[in-house]
Amino acid sequence: MDEIVRFENVGLRYGAGTETLADLNFTLFPGSFYFLTGASGAGKTSLLKLLYLSQRPSRGVIRLFGEDAVTMPRERLPGFRRRIGVVFQDFRLVPHLSAFDNIALPLRVAGVREKDLEIPVTEMLEWVGLGDRASARPATLSGGEQQRVAIARAVIGRPEILVADEPTGNVDPEMAMRLLQLFEALNTLGTTIVVATHDIHLLSKIPGAQMMRLEKGMLADPTGSLRFPPLSKDQLQ
Amino acid sequence: MFKFFAIPAYDRRLIPEGRLSGPMPWVIAIMIFLTVLAAAAGLAMNRAIGDVSDELSSRATVQIIEANPEIRGRQAAAAAERLRAMPLIEEVRLLPPEEIEALIEPWLGTQDLADDIPLPALIDLKLVRVATQAEYQSLRSVLQPIAPGSRVEPSSGYIAPVISLVRSFQWIALGLVCLLALATGAAVIISARSALNTHTETIAVVHLLGGTDQQISRLFQRRIALDALLGGLIGLVGGTAIIWLISVQLTALGSGLVQSVRLDWWSWLIIAAIPILGMFLAMVTARLTVLGALKKIL
Repeated sequence: MDEIVRFENVGLRYGAGTETLADLNFTLFPGSFYFLTGASGAGKTSLLKLLYLSQRPSRGVIRLFGEDAVTMPRERLPGFRRRIGVVFQDFRLVPHLSAFDNIALPLRVAGVREKDLEIPVTEMLEWVGLGDRASARPATLSGGEQQRVAIARAVIGRPEILVADEPTGNVDPEMAMRLLQLFEALNTLGTTIVVATHDIHLLSKIPGAQMMRLEKGMLADPTGSLRFPPLSKDQLQ
Repeated sequence: MFKFFAIPAYDRRLIPEGRLSGPMPWVIAIMIFLTVLAAAAGLAMNRAIGDVSDELSSRATVQIIEANPEIRGRQAAAAAERLRAMPLIEEVRLLPPEEIEALIEPWLGTQDLADDIPLPALIDLKLVRVATQAEYQSLRSVLQPIAPGSRVEPSSGYIAPVISLVRSFQWIALGLVCLLALATGAAVIISARSALNTHTETIAVVHLLGGTDQQISRLFQRRIALDALLGGLIGLVGGTAIIWLISVQLTALGSGLVQSVRLDWWSWLIIAAIPILGMFLAMVTARLTVLGALKKIL
């Protein structure tokens, strides 16, 4: 596959207001790592919503996994969503489920049998440093722990695209590095990563990562050495 | 069917709610209780109409109206003799005067009426089958020369207005069952919407993780079906207890039509099926409500 995501003249308008996103044209390539930056209110979360199929654009074309995601029948969307892992800015953990059950949720939704859940979920809990908090409910976890559960839930199904909205916002620098290493490890395995952040320091932590910068709902030329528009890994090499 | 109710523990945790803790099972219990009573009334009346109609449609009464008791007695005896010889007649019974007096005693008292009022002689006929109007006319023609003041009345004629009234009650009972089914459906819709509102965030998350509408609606429909079944069984037990009490009282009355108001085994079967039907109604309603609501989100 040459491309995993392609936006063509995409615009998004909520209600009758002005466009939150306008004239977005870009292509994401499989196995690449992207940072999406921009000031608060620039439209990062809205762009991610289009990526993880929570929203349809008001105009334009979005091609996802080679198919038109805008005109795709609603019944087919769940199958596509299972190929995308999402770390929400506000985590969106199910409050009455334990950390284990929250992380297992994507696998259960995908129909994985109970006996096949135990090992991967436990391993994932260990990986994010929450091996001893498997039965803890989100309300009893700290902000950072909740974020790690949210990340574990997003990656447990080995998604083809991982979309993360400010994933390091609530964790200490050490944990932020560990999470980025997890993302990088996933990226090495072929997952396309899109991380929205306004932490400019993160950008230098992943060599080869590319940046997309949003300004008032439109893609803008990035500053510094990072490139725009994004290039594929091959082009980068 | 039991597999359907074996909700996996993680599903129960996903949309938690304790059994019989919300109002839904109790609302359904009341609906099913009333439905059971309305259905039982309709079915029992159907049975009563059937019994009385079968019994009376092949019966007739001959009245011999004659003021002179001696002539009346002779005419009655001759008429009975003639009737016994007819192939259409299975049984002829000439009612003794004491029995006739006993029949009118509730209205006219216990005085020695035969001396004061010229009561007609009555002959009760049981026919081999339901007779046609032409056959009744032929009976009248046969009896006319023997007893000129005779009248032949099919017994079904007496009961026709009562049957018509009971049929009206049956329609009312059916209407009540339909209204209660609608009310149950409405209660389920409200309950399903309320549950959806309560769990909006969980549903949104499951949706974004790739959960299908069917997966999400199954969580609700199974829970609502189970609530409906539990409520329905409570309603059935309550309704059955009331039916039993009423049947005891009706039996104690010991009066013809009223005594025949009882339920067949198949009527009990229908009544027992009401909670199951209620459960399916609740399940389908919940499913349609949840699917309809989910269609509004992407």
